[in-house]
Amino acid sequence: MVKKESKNKVRFNSIFIDETKYKTQLTRKYKMRKTWEKPDDNKLSAYIPGLLKQIFVKEGQKVKKGEKLMVFEAMKMNNRVHANKDAIVKTIFVKTGETFPKGTILVELEPIV
Amino acid sequence: MPLKRKIKELQKKREQVISGGGEKAIEKQIAMGKLTARERILSLVDKNSFSEYDLFVEHEARDFNMDKKILHGDGVIIGTGTIHKKPVAIFAQDFTVAGGSLGLMHSRKITKIMDYALKMRMPLIGINDSGGARIQEGVNSLAGYGEIFFRNTLSSGVIPQISVILGPCAGGAVYSPALTDFVFVVDKISKMFITGPEVIKTVLGEEISMEDLGGARVHSEITGNAHFFAKSEKDSFAQIKELLSFIPWNNSVEHESTRVRDPKREFKIDQIVPDDPKIPYDVINVIKSIVDDSNFFEVQKNWAANLVIGFGRIDGKTVGFVCNQPLVLAGVLDVDSSDKAARFIRYCDAFNIPIVTLVDLPGYLPGVDQEHAGVIRHGAKVLYAYSEATVPKITLILRKAYGGGYIAMSSRHIRADFVFAWPGAEIAVMGPEGAANIIFRREIKEAADPEKMRKQKVREYKTKFSNPYVAASKGYIDAVIEPKETRNLIIHALKVSQHKSMAGPKKKHGIPPF
Repeated sequence: MVKKESKNKVRFNSIFIDETKYKTQLTRKYKMRKTWEKPDDNKLSAYIPGLLKQIFVKEGQKVKKGEKLMVFEAMKMNNRVHANKDAIVKTIFVKTGETFPKGTILVELEPIV
Repeated sequence: MPLKRKIKELQKKREQVISGGGEKAIEKQIAMGKLTARERILSLVDKNSFSEYDLFVEHEARDFNMDKKILHGDGVIIGTGTIHKKPVAIFAQDFTVAGGSLGLMHSRKITKIMDYALKMRMPLIGINDSGGARIQEGVNSLAGYGEIFFRNTLSSGVIPQISVILGPCAGGAVYSPALTDFVFVVDKISKMFITGPEVIKTVLGEEISMEDLGGARVHSEITGNAHFFAKSEKDSFAQIKELLSFIPWNNSVEHESTRVRDPKREFKIDQIVPDDPKIPYDVINVIKSIVDDSNFFEVQKNWAANLVIGFGRIDGKTVGFVCNQPLVLAGVLDVDSSDKAARFIRYCDAFNIPIVTLVDLPGYLPGVDQEHAGVIRHGAKVLYAYSEATVPKITLILRKAYGGGYIAMSSRHIRADFVFAWPGAEIAVMGPEGAANIIFRREIKEAADPEKMRKQKVREYKTKFSNPYVAASKGYIDAVIEPKETRNLIIHALKVSQHKSMAGPKKKHGIPPF
């Protein structure tokens, strides 16, 4: 009976631990995990989902480090997005009035060398 | 007024209050597929064993026209009864009365029964079905929750505390169940969250259904907040009764023994575990080949399934099992399974239940997500819980026990009382492939045929180190045993350690990596 049970089980996957390949099943949570990406500090993303209220800059515009780029509303608060370096605004990815999920890239900067 | 009439009056009063929120509200409750609060209690306790208290309690709210509202029993039923002929304290929120909302008197009823439970040293069962705080009662509702949370903490480790979520349980209310020992949920009925879909939508703009946010499946598979998942309320009550058949009634009594039955013959202990450590099998079959009547009651079945925890009986006495599950994620330790193991170990320790640990794991789960989720801090909980536990601890290494995983899974070094290993056990710092690649890096690289050399070195390492005898030669393992000797040896080990007494240094309490 025990043998029968194990034969009827669903398909197996494999995972590697210390260079050894183990045959096993995966969990829903394991399959749902996000792969890590190296953060690109030229791309400013939303650390919280929100609603874009105002944009203060235009694409191609020169900005100074610390300059206010846009304001979005989240948790009933206004959150400011500042330039993290002296740069040129390369692309603005959102429009005023748009809602966006957490992690959305809002603006890309091109550093001035 | 003669007594007869007074009795009539009492009967009438009782009838009125027992009707709860009235016919319409009850109809609604039934339409949602739910039982009423009273039906729930009655189907949980032994027949004719329930007596109710505080039936005539009324709320004292005066603001927002509340003084004109009559809320029967203030939306909660409390009382005592018996389950398996032993006393239990119980409360059930009544959703038909003002949505089961929690006001001051509602909370006072709950804390009253909680005080009884603690004083009389009996289990507390809380049935949650409430829309949350009664907003009209303002800060009094918050005070009520606080008083409940405090008592949950005070009773923790003294009496078993069981929460059954049979409806919404939102906001601050979720923290009472979270502080209790076991949380039971029912498919499509239970809903638990701190902030609901409405708030999430208006504040964050994320749209999600109640079910996807905090339904029964989410809490039993993803978050681990729930310990038992059932398809219906009836099944859930059966699970509660089964749990209560395993656990002691409080922390100073032993659970009575049941009649000893041998494991069922179909579970052949020497045919379950494959020789090749890379091939999976279901560790539950090993447990079933050890426990009385092959009856194993699993806890948190669907969450962190790479580790199995639960209760079984050995020689008629309840034992807690903590086992790696090679069937899922190769049985690794990770953030969730560490949390799962550590909390269960502490439960067993608090209620004097011996722990049997079955080991077969390749180590910890590699990955950025694990490291960033704090696998260091979470993994440390397992070490802490095992090291601290003073109940009898018996460890059996079935197959592989590599590296940090070997230490964490109740090794001799963190004070297991008995460590046994089957002949196929591999106790080593890591798997042979990984170890050979490191130790013989140069030989492999410089060989004419590196692949051939690598294979040869892996084989060499395997024969030399992938066995139980290296650890046995140092006394880290007490005995290498045949699978068929397992049950008798565990019975013996439990017998000789029944009066185990240990005292550590004096302290107020330790600081576990919560």
